[in-house]
Amino acid sequence: MALSLDDIQRIAHLARIEITPAEAADVGRKLDGIFAMIGRMSAVDTTGIVPMSHAQDLSLPLREDRVSESDRHVDYQRVAPAVQDGLYLVPKVIE
Amino acid sequence: MNTAPVAQLAQALAAGRLSSVELTRGLLDRIAALGPALNAFLTLDRDGALAQAQAADQARAAGRAGPLTGIPIAHKDVLMTAGLRTTCGSRMLEDFVAPYSAFVVEQLARAGMVLVGKTNMDEFAMGSSNESSYFGPVRNPWNTEFVPGGSSGGSAAAVAARLIPAATGTDTGGSIRQPAALSGICGLKPTYGVCSRYGLIAFASSLDTPGVFAQTAEDCAHLLGAMAGHDPRDSTSLDRPAEDYTRDLARPLKGLRIGLPKEYFGDGTEAGVVGAIEAALDELRKLGATTIAVTLPNVDLSVPVYYVIAPAEASSNLSRFDGVRYGHRAEHYADLMDMYKKSRAEGFGAEVKRRILVGTYVLSHGYYDAYYLKAQQVRRLIADDFQRVYQQCDVIIGPTSPTTAFKLGDKTDDPVKMYLNDIFTIAGNLTGAPGVSIPCGFDHRGLPVGMQLQGNYFQEARILNVAHQFQQVTDWHARVPEAFKP
Repeated sequence: MALSLDDIQRIAHLARIEITPAEAADVGRKLDGIFAMIGRMSAVDTTGIVPMSHAQDLSLPLREDRVSESDRHVDYQRVAPAVQDGLYLVPKVIE
Repeated sequence: MNTAPVAQLAQALAAGRLSSVELTRGLLDRIAALGPALNAFLTLDRDGALAQAQAADQARAAGRAGPLTGIPIAHKDVLMTAGLRTTCGSRMLEDFVAPYSAFVVEQLARAGMVLVGKTNMDEFAMGSSNESSYFGPVRNPWNTEFVPGGSSGGSAAAVAARLIPAATGTDTGGSIRQPAALSGICGLKPTYGVCSRYGLIAFASSLDTPGVFAQTAEDCAHLLGAMAGHDPRDSTSLDRPAEDYTRDLARPLKGLRIGLPKEYFGDGTEAGVVGAIEAALDELRKLGATTIAVTLPNVDLSVPVYYVIAPAEASSNLSRFDGVRYGHRAEHYADLMDMYKKSRAEGFGAEVKRRILVGTYVLSHGYYDAYYLKAQQVRRLIADDFQRVYQQCDVIIGPTSPTTAFKLGDKTDDPVKMYLNDIFTIAGNLTGAPGVSIPCGFDHRGLPVGMQLQGNYFQEARILNVAHQFQQVTDWHARVPEAFKP
């Protein structure tokens, strides 16, 4: 499988990462190498094998539905790039 | 004295032969003098460390000292430290000051340990050489033209150069064990779920495991005891009774059954590495252990499986870095979408972007079954292999890495070549079982060889027992690189 430049741009768009046309060829070449290595897996017969999603077979723990955290939005917004009146600022989305 | 292992420092502190302030100041001076050549530290907190050291001395004077009180430690910069810069080795978080601390950071602080600073690492813990850090590569103390391994390269190099007696790391595919091997120290990855991931900046959540570096297996046992514990803030943190990981250190090895997987000793492993491991196995046999040839037929698929699962989880975890709530935001952009794309393009380095793209692709419409589901099925086959082998033996031993350290720049242009460094460690993350790497010799260039001891789930005390007994009859762990001898 070789990824086309269109494939690369499509994946990059889904991942929300800008890739310039100048970068795309090298990115594609390296991804092709990685997918060739990953492809070795496809030869294995996995019929009927139960997928292993996690190291421990655990059921998700539940907790009581009550407030456990204090309001620390000032601390958390201190590290944000742009904040005003307790709100995160982003470019205008709706005209 | 300052460069001694944790256990000896603890004795000196308890006996009053040394104060934590003296020890901490001595190490900070050592880091200032010798550290820059290695680039192992990203942030130092001299004032904070000395204040903590003073508090530790006061606690001791008041009779409130535990075994680790007053011992300095450094944390890998993937672990959040409240009030202290936490970069994850990335431009994305270059100026990020963590608003809270990771669970393991809190645990070690509760034990009275003194936080000296944060260590360099591969960006977002993605790498095996510490060359993907935005802040420049870390260098190997045994030869500064060589890499220290990664992703926890800064922690490994700092302990190897005796700049700090202990440091934390995280291991997603070998990121503690492999740098421990390449830098000639001990590195322990516990069972998944034993140490909470709360406050560990997520890479691959089903694989990420906090652990520790030190000079000896005994020190690792003490440190793990302090780090472990149930934490309801991590839904995968295990609620188990507290363990004394030092309980088996003195246990004789007579009757120990060691499994030797033939796949670990094949053509891909350097002769110098195999030679050192064979000599170490002879020592273990002299101590009464027996060795059994075993086979892990699917283990060579662990690299392909990992490079589906880890990037898939990473692409999801790293979507949080959008230039809105924290992290880098591009200066110029046309609209919101453009802001996301440019902020992420500028904030992430090449390897991180590559893994996000791989993960995005394997999770995209129409490819899920062929990649992600398939990888999870093969992951099961690999885990089943290990369970079969553990019916025949108590521990599995082999090289931690197929080679010793390589030169800076040697593998940076070929991602697949770089990924194959972790061929012997990745399975431990896929299964979630513990492993420790300990030094067991040197190759013809004078670079350290690491031996990996793996055990079944929750067998940390047993693998540390074997490592400790080996260290009682050998002195590889006590060797110090020439330029860093005290």
